[in-house]
Amino acid sequence: MTINQNAANQAAVERYRNNFLKEVEANVEEGHMVKMCMQCGVCAGSCPLGNAWEHSPQKIFMMIRAGKRAEVLGSDSMFMCTSCYNCMVRCPRQLPITHIMHGLANYAHRLGLAPKGQPTRDFATLFWNNAIKRGRVNELMLTLRHYFRGGLVSGIKEAMGMQSIGLGLLLAKRLNPMEIFGGHGVKDLKGFHAIIAKAKEIEDRKKGFTA
Amino acid sequence: MNAPATPVTPKYAAYICSGCGIGDAMKVGQLENIAKKEGKMALVKSHPFLCNAEGVQTIRDDIANEQVTHVCIAACSRRAKTEAFQFDGVAMSRANLREGVLWVVAAGKEHDEVRQEMAADYVRMGCAEVKKMKQPAGNVKEASSKRILVVGGGMSGMTAALEIADTGYEVVLVEKSGALGGMAANLWKRQPFKTPYAEAQDTGVAEMAARIAANPLITLHLNSTIADTSGAPGRFVIQVAQESGMVSEETVGAIVQATGFTPYDMAKLPELGGGQTNVVDQAGLEALAKQANGGAIKREDGKEVSSVVFVQCAGQRDTTGTHLSYCSGHCCGTSIKQAMYFKDQNPDIDTVVMYQDLRVPGMGEDFYRSAQQKGVIFSKGKASKVTGGDSCAVTFKDLILDEENTIDADLVVLATGQVPNAGVDLEAWNPVVTAAEGGDEAAKAQRIVMHGTSVLKLNYRQGPDVPQFKHGFADSHFICFPYETRRTGIYAAGPVRRPMDILQATDDATGAALKAIQAVENASLGRAAHPRSGDLSFPTARLEGCTQCKRCTVECPFGAIDEDEKRFPKFNEERCRRCGTCMGACPVRVISFENYSVDTVGSQVKAVEVPEEDEEKPRILVLACENDAYPALDMAGMARMNYSAFVRVIPVRCLGSVNTIWITDALNGGYDGVMMMGCKKGDEYQCHFVKGSELAHYRMSKIGDTLKQMGLEPERVVTQEVAITDNARVVKLINDYVAELDKLGPSPMKGFG
Ligand code: SF4
Ligand code: SF4
Ligand code: SF4
Ligand code: SF4
Repeated sequence: MTINQNAANQAAVERYRNNFLKEVEANVEEGHMVKMCMQCGVCAGSCPLGNAWEHSPQKIFMMIRAGKRAEVLGSDSMFMCTSCYNCMVRCPRQLPITHIMHGLANYAHRLGLAPKGQPTRDFATLFWNNAIKRGRVNELMLTLRHYFRGGLVSGIKEAMGMQSIGLGLLLAKRLNPMEIFGGHGVKDLKGFHAIIAKAKEIEDRKKGFTA
Repeated sequence: MNAPATPVTPKYAAYICSGCGIGDAMKVGQLENIAKKEGKMALVKSHPFLCNAEGVQTIRDDIANEQVTHVCIAACSRRAKTEAFQFDGVAMSRANLREGVLWVVAAGKEHDEVRQEMAADYVRMGCAEVKKMKQPAGNVKEASSKRILVVGGGMSGMTAALEIADTGYEVVLVEKSGALGGMAANLWKRQPFKTPYAEAQDTGVAEMAARIAANPLITLHLNSTIADTSGAPGRFVIQVAQESGMVSEETVGAIVQATGFTPYDMAKLPELGGGQTNVVDQAGLEALAKQANGGAIKREDGKEVSSVVFVQCAGQRDTTGTHLSYCSGHCCGTSIKQAMYFKDQNPDIDTVVMYQDLRVPGMGEDFYRSAQQKGVIFSKGKASKVTGGDSCAVTFKDLILDEENTIDADLVVLATGQVPNAGVDLEAWNPVVTAAEGGDEAAKAQRIVMHGTSVLKLNYRQGPDVPQFKHGFADSHFICFPYETRRTGIYAAGPVRRPMDILQATDDATGAALKAIQAVENASLGRAAHPRSGDLSFPTARLEGCTQCKRCTVECPFGAIDEDEKRFPKFNEERCRRCGTCMGACPVRVISFENYSVDTVGSQVKAVEVPEEDEEKPRILVLACENDAYPALDMAGMARMNYSAFVRVIPVRCLGSVNTIWITDALNGGYDGVMMMGCKKGDEYQCHFVKGSELAHYRMSKIGDTLKQMGLEPERVVTQEVAITDNARVVKLINDYVAELDKLGPSPMKGFG
């Protein structure tokens, strides 16, 4: 995986020389709209979580235009977007900001340039891996994996903290302890995996990771 | 000049309206008596509805059958019912009983006495005024010229010429260079002026030039400048000098000055690479684009440009005082257009527009979007240093990312600003003339040099060009009358008036063309231009009394007064706007209009009955400018706001027309205070006569000594700036002033008058 990512990254750098905007336009969902930003700052002022991240959408778009490839693809901003769509409905230039942010996150992730240890990114990865395993989310395992991501001690602490909620869920039959043994899956698991593989193949091709 | 009016015995009549509730709140019978006994009106009538057909007919009948020559109408404000109360050939005054008394004096019995006294005074004043008035005879001129001179053959000038000719008037078009088109002729393309405002368009210069050449109403002088302009609207005589030295004479009625701008000199911007290779200004880029003729744009050294940076606001919006402090308005759009020259030819060329604020007036926002679509990069940043050479570098502060950065480019374009071609700055001219007239040889030489730089070479006492305002642009009344310069009949259009783009300049030229047409028509009828448009009166001076102090000549805001061979003031009626500033200036009071004079106002001041001190009824004179302050007072009345019944308001044409004698007369007569209300003065002036309010403020700042001699406190005379929208404020100003005077106590002059 890593080798593949590196190669893709090198290829992208090579291909777009110093024109990062063109790279974004070609590879990122709705990337062609980045050039239309007029730097008014409405998005930056609209984001309810804006003060929690490094770069506002306004800055991200400016950085793309300024060719700051490493900084943009290494930014945590796209992962911090909660998809509230506040910026998007307000942008006077009608940029699909939220979609672009997600597109950038995906692109950075695929190139392996996204920030390591970024919590939302890690959780999303966890969720994905969990979900595609059997075609259904194994909530117990997801929760446990999440709690124990930082090791045994912190995992026990976190789980204890959530004890009462867990018990409640159990009593309400919202959490099945038997899931620890693998849990239930979709009927045609093989078919499901084939669909996922095909989708990935198409996307990789579209995004230039494979020929 | 003026056809002598057939002498008629004056007969005065007063008409008092009791409609609109006047009759309920005031004793009209008593007012009639006052008009008869004190006002000495030969005929006095009251009417329950004076402005209706029957009421008006009564007046008409009296004029026709009773030979009434002077009419005082005591009814509503002079600003109301102007169509009903319009009687040709008679002089008329209006006593404002409705807006000025009924609607502003508090209701109720306890105010009956002061209300009646106020009404009585206004009737006295109306009668006194009309007796001093003469109906202006006007001055129709048979030989008035209706041709219009357009100076400058650029976009503005060509547009003005074509618009004027299309309306059927003759045009004399003078252009300094050998071809029409001005700055626009040097452009590869112009910013879009038609929907969808997405692509640069052809300038249209060639087509316009062809239309001008083919138009029989337009006389074109190329390679020519103005050697001399004398006269006044309707009778300007222009000497047109050709490069060859040949001079021809043209007579015109009005002038449109469309002399445009010069780009700010790049050499003054060495820090931005001005003067270095491969750093050009916008005009320089147009030249390269024209050379490329649609192909790849090449630098001076022949290299095809593959990356270009546009540095906006180069030497503009400067806060250090070194360069232009203003925004030229067109250059953001121009850079957008020029970046497109590159992108349209080859989308792979890197084009960066570095701006601080992108200002694209009009439909420019669509043009901006179009450039973004084409991939032009817009970077919000401020360039601090540009180096030219084979590889240029722009060092800048990124204003979004808040960091210093550098971009390299093959070519850098500086968006420099517009410097108006407005000729001689009269502020600089006048001291030189004074020194030269005093015999100073250096000043004499300098005067010749300065005169050489003049555009219009006006033979006016106040100087050879139109007065300038901020930053050297021709002064034009920005709020009320754009195009209108401070020289009647001379209109400024295009970037000589304020910075602008081609679209604005052509709009401007159209406006100026229409104003010029209006001016030649007015001049031929002997009528004033705005704001007293249609006024037939004009100032005359009783020269026997004139002391040749020159105040009128110097202070006329419109340069209407020259000096004759004997150094007496020579009034050029067609240049005059009828503001009365000269009348206010004259220390010996020899200047007057037929229907507005030191006497028409002075007699009103004296007509007011000033109560004795023990009556505790102060009297305050309010001299209110008829353009803004008086309407504001009327509107206060319409809104039924109350102000003190102790004031007596007299409208004046302009505060500039206030002669100090009115104030000293009022104070000598026992008035407790005088308040003047005029328009805003100074850099953001709203004064309809530009300088009138300012001069009045200046004159009043000097009145302290007079007051001291009279033993009066300085607070007895105040000057206020008000706008037409200030109806609530004028009420407060009056009431506060009355309260202040109350604290001061009654004027010690009472009883001596
Ligand atoms: S609101 Fe839209 S136009 Fe404004 S800065 Fe954000 S993305 Fe750009
Ligand atoms: S139009 Fe643009 S470039 Fe020109 S001065 Fe104004 S802001 Fe600066
Ligand atoms: S009335 Fe005004 S414009 Fe006319 S001459 Fe006097 S000062 Fe000048
Ligand atoms: S202000 Fe009066 S006295 Fe002075 S020059 Fe003019 S007319 Fe004569």
